[in-house]
Amino acid sequence: MNTNMKKYTVLAFGIAKDILGGRQCEIELPGNTVSALRTALVGQYPALAGLRSLLIAVNSEYAEDGVLLEERDEIALIPPVSGG
Amino acid sequence: MITLSETPLDVQQIIQAATRLQAGAINAFIGTVRDNAKGKQVLRLEYEAYESMAVAEIQKIVDAAAAKWPLQAYAISHRVGVLEPGDVAVVVAVSTPHRADSFAACQYIIDTLKETVPIWKKEVLEDGEEWISAHP
Repeated sequence: MNTNMKKYTVLAFGIAKDILGGRQCEIELPGNTVSALRTALVGQYPALAGLRSLLIAVNSEYAEDGVLLEERDEIALIPPVSGG
Repeated sequence: MITLSETPLDVQQIIQAATRLQAGAINAFIGTVRDNAKGKQVLRLEYEAYESMAVAEIQKIVDAAAAKWPLQAYAISHRVGVLEPGDVAVVVAVSTPHRADSFAACQYIIDTLKETVPIWKKEVLEDGEEWISAHP
């Protein structure tokens, strides 16, 4: 077992929910940054790469690529928003 | 007041919530569901929100507006769930001492809401459906 692997729970909304096949998923990756998570998700769900944008929110705040993740964080995949 | 609602919005009640005696202007934007898109008939829009974050992001927009204009009160409500043409999807109501600021603040809030708040709509047409703005 690779002890560097971290497991994150990711909430998905809008078209990201359709692409992931559910409102949340668990993903393991050997990294702890927002950019590592995005890379892993796009690798596992290539249709995410076709979106106009793909932001990640950590604990209800938009997170830059370098933000560090904790396994207990509430992480959400934010595809292009379209409210109003 | 900032709310997300699964039931129809009461426009008058939202405007009332933004009313203050010291304000001479109340400006309300009411966003409704159009019956057409791309030359086709719209059957319905399906809205969903990341609710806790959506409320927090709207609050940030209001705070930014309050730093630019003398907001006396505000009330913002957005629908989630299934909406049909004619339904009210969003109401932004603000009050300020004078009218120019109320127009500017209201426009800023709705424009920014559409850009940053985690709410999504799927448009269902007579011949297909798509998540709005999802693809380039």
